[in-house]
Amino acid sequence: MKKTFLKRPTTIMGMLIVAIVVLFFVSLQTGAIQISPTQVVRTLFGYGTERDALVLFEFRLPRMVIALLIGAGLAVSGAILQSISQNDLADPGILGINTGAGLAVVIFIFFFQGSLTGLGGFSVFIMPFFALIGALVAAILIYVLAWKQGITPVRLILVGIGLNAAFSALLIVIQLRMEPNDFMQATIWLTGSIWGTTWTYVWAVLPWILILIPLAFYKARTLNVMQIGTQSAVSLGVPLERERRTLLILAVSLAAVSVAVGGGIAFLGLVAPHIARRLVGPRHEVLIPAAALTGALILLTADMIGRNLLAPSEIPVGIVIAILGAPYFLYLLMRTP
Amino acid sequence: MGKQSAETTLEKAKEKSKPLGAVFVGLIGLALLIVALLFSISYGAAQIDLKTVWQAVFQFDQSITDHQIIQEIRLPRALGAALVGSFLAVSGAIMQGMTRNALAEPSIMGVMDGAALAIAIMFAFGASVSGVSLMFAAFIGAGAGAAFVFAVGSLARGGLSPAKLALAGVTVGAFLSAISSGIAIHFNVAQDISFWFAGGLAGMNWYNIRLIIPVAIVGLGFAFALSRSVTVLSLGEDVARGLGQRILLIKTLGVIVVLLLTGAGVAVAGAIGFIGLVIPHITRGLVGVDYRYIIPCSAVLGALLLVSADLAARLVNAPYETPVGAMTALIGVPFFLYLARREGRGLK
Repeated sequence: MKKTFLKRPTTIMGMLIVAIVVLFFVSLQTGAIQISPTQVVRTLFGYGTERDALVLFEFRLPRMVIALLIGAGLAVSGAILQSISQNDLADPGILGINTGAGLAVVIFIFFFQGSLTGLGGFSVFIMPFFALIGALVAAILIYVLAWKQGITPVRLILVGIGLNAAFSALLIVIQLRMEPNDFMQATIWLTGSIWGTTWTYVWAVLPWILILIPLAFYKARTLNVMQIGTQSAVSLGVPLERERRTLLILAVSLAAVSVAVGGGIAFLGLVAPHIARRLVGPRHEVLIPAAALTGALILLTADMIGRNLLAPSEIPVGIVIAILGAPYFLYLLMRTP
Repeated sequence: MGKQSAETTLEKAKEKSKPLGAVFVGLIGLALLIVALLFSISYGAAQIDLKTVWQAVFQFDQSITDHQIIQEIRLPRALGAALVGSFLAVSGAIMQGMTRNALAEPSIMGVMDGAALAIAIMFAFGASVSGVSLMFAAFIGAGAGAAFVFAVGSLARGGLSPAKLALAGVTVGAFLSAISSGIAIHFNVAQDISFWFAGGLAGMNWYNIRLIIPVAIVGLGFAFALSRSVTVLSLGEDVARGLGQRILLIKTLGVIVVLLLTGAGVAVAGAIGFIGLVIPHITRGLVGVDYRYIIPCSAVLGALLLVSADLAARLVNAPYETPVGAMTALIGVPFFLYLARREGRGLK
């Protein structure tokens, strides 16, 4: 009994990794320029044509690596949020944290950048910090406004929806004062797009993800206790409010970093942890890595769909995720009593 | 519930309504609306004094530019704002009364995103897009969006609580608008659509006004006619049944009125949120629980709010226009948050 319980999650995670690897390889071939599998392998080992090398190394690879990183980031962020709020429907997108981060980034672009297209070098590394400030302000606002002798899950989500609307309204006001070119760029970015990703973006995000996801994994035991409920957590001797704040900051940071490069991708933080929970169960030691893998797999798939479905026009990945994720959310909503 | 106790509930509810207050609110609202309309007409890129406004309306002279600006741009815009504002507020009032849900509102219920999607499809496939066909599409889209949200609600375990309705509405909205964006990008009509959206009240002309006046007569007329039944429904289905009301018929008629009014509003002015949420609540606070007073007063106050919001949208960042939908959201969100803190309890 115990053995199968331990064996199952590892098998499933192994399968997820295999799926990611296969999909990664398939995704490398597809797009506006089709590259045959043998050509992909040749190019990866340095024997390809110059054109193929350019497409693979400068366009597709960084973009797919980013998809893996922020897919994992958003999924783990959602898993943490769902556990600490004890609400299965919590998601950084629905709660307004993504929009808060997006607003901060757009304000940054508007005041300091002048032109989005010139985003190169240094500012890519600054953007996550701005996103982080915006996301933290949003999280604090949600927390404070939802506080009334404690927090109830329903109030938290309703306040999140309200703030999301306010941030979106402010976004529109700021966007309309931008140059037409910046406006279009900002619109595409806000709907969630990883188009035009370069290696610089990867280097800007990678350290964050590499630090934050293991940290979440390290906190797995605390998250397990949180999910049971407030009373038992206190009786087990967990310093609840302090831990909850730490974990909230962790979740918000993961969402913010992902939004900084990927824009507003909603529903992924909701859907991925759910699927992972179905696959491996609720224990966070296995749930966190499984959610990370599921999120990465979903975003990679969504990016491939967005790139090929209506080719030659590209559908931003955020739109694909919304079209796939919203029905799943509705299904969950219908089942929740 | 027996007929006797149902009647007592109705009587008790009527005691809580304030007919005198309603007359008062209606008259003051109308007076303020006229003032707001005058300001709206006289303010703009070309500042025009009220005397000229008067002359432009009653002694129109085609050779004077100011007269033409007023006749062709300012007047339809102000009138359109008033009409659309009243449409949205009345829709919200009917929805809140019928569903007994404090968070019910056209922009939250998927109605607006449905209408917007239909219009996106029209732009993508329709070679020449006329006003009438746009409006017709908006009706169908609004209906489909609302049906979607209600289907989710009726399939949900434990029915549709305010919180669930808000979540379902937001999600359906996100889903529909994601499809709209996809269509917009693929068919390369993103600019047309965002122009249409952002254009809002700025695109108002006499053609649009002529288009929505029949809707106003039919829709608002039916809304007033239904108002007594909405009051009964707002007391709960038990009471309505006790009084022998045909619930299904009333609800169907109510939904048709909502779709008609919202569809017309979205077709001519784009998606303008939160008016349908805020106004009925304020009105209920002022005139009590009887929808025979709430619906007409909501119409007046909704018109007043949208005309003022449109004026503010032009003033805040002149000479640029702030989208009026963003203005109403910024007014409406604090109110939504206040209701959220009460977890949707705000009716009855």
